[in-house]
Amino acid sequence: MKQKIVSSQVEEILETTEVRSDVSRRHFLQLAGGIAGAGILLAACKKSNDDNTGKAPAGSSISVGSGDTGVLNYAYVLEQLEAAFYERVVLSPYANISPDELRLLTDIKDHEVAHREFYKTVLGSSAIAGINTDFSSINFSDRTSVLTAARAFEDLGVSAYNGAGRLLQSSTYLLMAGKIASVESRHAAYLHDIISNGTFADSSVVDNNGLDLSRTPAQVVAAASVYINNKIDVSNLPNI
Amino acid sequence: MNFNNILNHLEEADPEVYEKLSPRRNVLKNFGRVTLLTALPFALGAYFKKAYGKNTGTVADALNFALTLEYLEAGFYNTAMVTNAGLIPASDQAVFNTILKHENEHVAFLINTLATLGSAPIIKPKFDFTAGGTFSNVFSDYPTFLAVSQTLEDTGVRAYKGQVTNLKSAPDVLTAALQIHSVEARHASHVRRMRAAAGATLADGTPLKPWITGSQSGIASAAVQASYNGEDLTTQAGVKMIGLDGQDISANAASEAFDEPLDMNTVLAIVNPFMI
Repeated sequence: MKQKIVSSQVEEILETTEVRSDVSRRHFLQLAGGIAGAGILLAACKKSNDDNTGKAPAGSSISVGSGDTGVLNYAYVLEQLEAAFYERVVLSPYANISPDELRLLTDIKDHEVAHREFYKTVLGSSAIAGINTDFSSINFSDRTSVLTAARAFEDLGVSAYNGAGRLLQSSTYLLMAGKIASVESRHAAYLHDIISNGTFADSSVVDNNGLDLSRTPAQVVAAASVYINNKIDVSNLPNI
Repeated sequence: MNFNNILNHLEEADPEVYEKLSPRRNVLKNFGRVTLLTALPFALGAYFKKAYGKNTGTVADALNFALTLEYLEAGFYNTAMVTNAGLIPASDQAVFNTILKHENEHVAFLINTLATLGSAPIIKPKFDFTAGGTFSNVFSDYPTFLAVSQTLEDTGVRAYKGQVTNLKSAPDVLTAALQIHSVEARHASHVRRMRAAAGATLADGTPLKPWITGSQSGIASAAVQASYNGEDLTTQAGVKMIGLDGQDISANAASEAFDEPLDMNTVLAIVNPFMI
């Protein structure tokens, strides 16, 4: 929408320039400035479109919808959140990051981006808008702050997938969720370990039946809400 | 693949195994071991179904299949910890205490779940953790132990994943299976990292990762490759992941981002050498 308006403004400006061949130097510069500005705006729109198909207005409510589409959109919210977080981590890594940690955190970023793009693609026109993330509670220059947040995201993701499997009717998407869930678990264990080695499956996440955490969508979006500047509405998801 | 070991075990656990496998009992009993072994992967699936799945069908089959794997893992770590003192360095004892505890809990949980469903759990199999001598030093050489541990954990992840669609009719069981599945993945992640710290690498010489790159095991033994074949997929549900939507997604990242399932018969073929 924005892009269309800007494009038509540019066309108008170009048209004006062409018609008014007697344009003064001052006027020309004004027009040129306008066009250059429009170019920056266009670039900004393009970047946003690359990440998500347009973001929802900050603070707005986003309903993930119902049925399998709703569950996939719910997973898409989480993958958007994780991908945006790791994109920022890798763009400006914390102080004194080791080469090995940078290598593996970059891997995790790539995986989360792949998950995000997968959901966006399979959802197609049913995909929700991009979410607005809020990472103001995280100090991206501090290793402990970043890794603690990362561990929380991964543990939350694992518990979300564990809780969401039963909500899916499609065997194809149930299997896809399983394929992603165990990768999130590998990430989670890695983050536990680099914070405190040996805590990959400690009692904070595994109970006395040897079971990992499982959370309902309502529990998950409540926990994630501090990082999302939209209200994620999961009330129409199946309740099984 | 030789299925004699599984047959031996099944026969011991259940003398009527042949009858359950086929009404043509004598044919199987007299000639089966020689002539019908190639058909056994399929027959075994039917066996679990016929023998143990009468009440709840595929759900009980899947749980007994999972129980077989958990018995294998629990037995493996128990043997390493209890009867082979000195194998695991003191600094790593806590790790394998944690993993063993979980595997024992999974055994107990699956037995209880089967009981709740009114299905009989399989009898604990007898194991040869050297897999018929393939890993003859598994309890004397720590790197070999770690390599087998990694393989069992990664295989467990794939095995549970392969059963999730069989559990759709029992949502609580499905959730629990997913909860076990993610714990196995946590184990795998840690053991892979231990091996990386000890020098295990990928084909390009970089350290082994907590996630599975392509179909690489990071283990210098072809014997484990069946557990990693097929992990190199880069197309998911028809979506080609490499470079999707203009993003920088490499073939390695695309394969790592998704763990692949294995069906019951493929897993049984992998674990068969460990069964006496």
